[in-house]
Amino acid sequence: MSTLGPLLRTAMLNVRRDRVVLAMVFLLPVMFFSIFATVFGNQRDSTSKIRVAVADLDQTDYSKRLVRALAAEGGLQVRTTENDDGTGAALDRDKAEALVKKGTLPVAVVVPKGFGTGGRFFARDETAPKLQVLADVSDPIAPQMVQGLLQKVSFTAAPAVLAAEGMGMLEQYGGPLTPTQRASMEEWQRLLAAGDSSGSSIAANIGPAIEIVNVMQPGYGNVGIVSFYAAGIGVMFLLFSASGAGGALLDEEESGTLGRLVGSRAGMTGVLVGKWLAITLLGILQLTVMFTWGMLVFHLPLLDHLPGFFVMTIATASAAAAFGLVLATISRSRAQLSGISTIVILAMSAIGGSMFPRFLMSEGMQQMGLVTFNAWALDGYIKVFWRNAPVVSLWPQVAVLVGLGAVFFIVARLFARRWETL
Amino acid sequence: MVATAVDAPLRIENAQKRYGKVTALAGVSFDVRPGELVGLLGPNGAGKTTAIKAIAGRVALDGGQVHLFGRALAPRDSRPEIGVVPQELAVYAKLTARENLEVFGALNGVGRATLKTRVDWALEWSDLKDRADEITQKYSGGMRRRLNIACSLLHDPKIVLLDEPTVGVDPQSRERIYEMLAALQKRGVSVVLTTHHLEEAEQRCERILIIDHGRIVASGTLEELVRSTLGSARAVNLTVDSAWPAGVAVPAGARVGENGRSIHADLPDLGGSLARLIDDVGRAGRSVTDIKLTGSTLHEVFIALTGRELRE
Repeated sequence: MSTLGPLLRTAMLNVRRDRVVLAMVFLLPVMFFSIFATVFGNQRDSTSKIRVAVADLDQTDYSKRLVRALAAEGGLQVRTTENDDGTGAALDRDKAEALVKKGTLPVAVVVPKGFGTGGRFFARDETAPKLQVLADVSDPIAPQMVQGLLQKVSFTAAPAVLAAEGMGMLEQYGGPLTPTQRASMEEWQRLLAAGDSSGSSIAANIGPAIEIVNVMQPGYGNVGIVSFYAAGIGVMFLLFSASGAGGALLDEEESGTLGRLVGSRAGMTGVLVGKWLAITLLGILQLTVMFTWGMLVFHLPLLDHLPGFFVMTIATASAAAAFGLVLATISRSRAQLSGISTIVILAMSAIGGSMFPRFLMSEGMQQMGLVTFNAWALDGYIKVFWRNAPVVSLWPQVAVLVGLGAVFFIVARLFARRWETL
Repeated sequence: MVATAVDAPLRIENAQKRYGKVTALAGVSFDVRPGELVGLLGPNGAGKTTAIKAIAGRVALDGGQVHLFGRALAPRDSRPEIGVVPQELAVYAKLTARENLEVFGALNGVGRATLKTRVDWALEWSDLKDRADEITQKYSGGMRRRLNIACSLLHDPKIVLLDEPTVGVDPQSRERIYEMLAALQKRGVSVVLTTHHLEEAEQRCERILIIDHGRIVASGTLEELVRSTLGSARAVNLTVDSAWPAGVAVPAGARVGENGRSIHADLPDLGGSLARLIDDVGRAGRSVTDIKLTGSTLHEVFIALTGRELRE
């Protein structure tokens, strides 16, 4: 027992005198709790409505009632015209789809011509026009919410229609029920209640036919989310590897090679430029491997977006490399670098959307995310892989990343003065 | 040949440097002649490394001047005539010796045309040719030390500054390193090194500078330092074959040690006094089995100049 006291004392003193360990033990958990509580606690709050474009191509009394009922829903902000303020021509299918593709809003509802006539609730004809929900699948919640609300308003918007179709159904299945008819009804009800495969198909036949169309990546299934995570995780680990590679400066300081390099013709600025370039190339390679893996295993359409991918990857890797240099130059030791980078990179990744999509965060959090490096990088990749945006449209993200990279480099250069000892 | 002040390869004049309240250099002046091996000695914190850094251009002096071949240098001036060997083993562990030499040669301005020749020379000179293509992680401490020196010489400097070049190496490697330095001297290269191995400095350095509290407190050859610091007096310790006989007077100025077999005496000069002491011992019926002289080593000079107080 007498040995426990000194051992405990040593351990406690070591923790108390190491600020990085203190931060990791106490500050980091509190910080992450706060970040995640804010990110997840405030998503889709009451002030954040889902923005929906509606293209009413049917223009029947029923379709107009449907649109009005949708607009009256508290959770939706419905837009039916070209301009957001309600002016301009009515939206058609192409315009509504373009709004989704541009990322202006996550969902558009198309009421097709002929939808207002014929069976809408019961005994639908599979060839009849269907309501279409054009969705940006990067937002997995909005399309489902809109679909649910459409179901609801379809019933509540036109009770007369519902009653008429119900009577028709009654005539079809009801009337004076013969034993055979009764058996038939019971079988139908049993199937509805049981929900087996045949019953489900019957159940699915009730209510307006709604089809969710992924307008972002037709033919690629759920590739949007895959590319989001390729970018999100890729950028987070890019930051980790950049800070690790930047940490080579600290190793070189310890081994003395940094002194040699600084004393050579390269000088401190030359050394930093050389390191920055090496880390940038490493980062480009790392992201390329990540996305290639995504292409081979998860069918990420990398080859269809090569120019955009490389523009974003070069901009992202160069800014990450400069950021890695900042982390390395402000740290006094490898241990300190490891602590600081864990805190900073995880915080930036959480706020910047690497772990959880920013578009699912509250407006406030989304705005806050823009101060992080990750948010701009991810926005660029999202433009490339989801919105099929032309390379030129990446300029805001590229400009911010290049600007951040330049600022990071200057900061790193200033901190690196301590190694010049002049 | 003694160079004039103007054409001395290296001349430091009244170098001053302060770090906050700490004075690192308080007016250091010395010069280095062509092909000379100079040892810069001093306790920890005396100013040796700051002086080396100032010469190498890694520290801007608050006052004073560094001259290179008669050229007064500003802190950021390039100094291609100088090769600096750091105390740390500043080589890349995951690179081979050849790769290390190529990298540091290129960074120090050795052109593509001559780089291979210089690397081959360096490998030969440092006795690393046979293992030139092994990563240096596998090298012994002595091999890495030699490579560390070679990496600073690819640009063929005329002055080489070495900070503790033999720290942590075995006597064989130390011997090899001094052979390498001697080869450089033969080519007219001036060598300035700092060391804590006083015996090594005593044996190898042509001139010794002792620095303390940021000043050069003594400079010269070992004989000059001994004469100027300790004079001609020597402490002698004789061991005799058996204990000093009771009742026999101890020679004048001497004292017998606790074991009775050692006799200590401080002699004003060695010439006559030592012979008289040995005669006195013989007259007492004892014969001398060993003689130890103290007061003539660099260690004694160093302690006499810098004191016994710990420097931490």
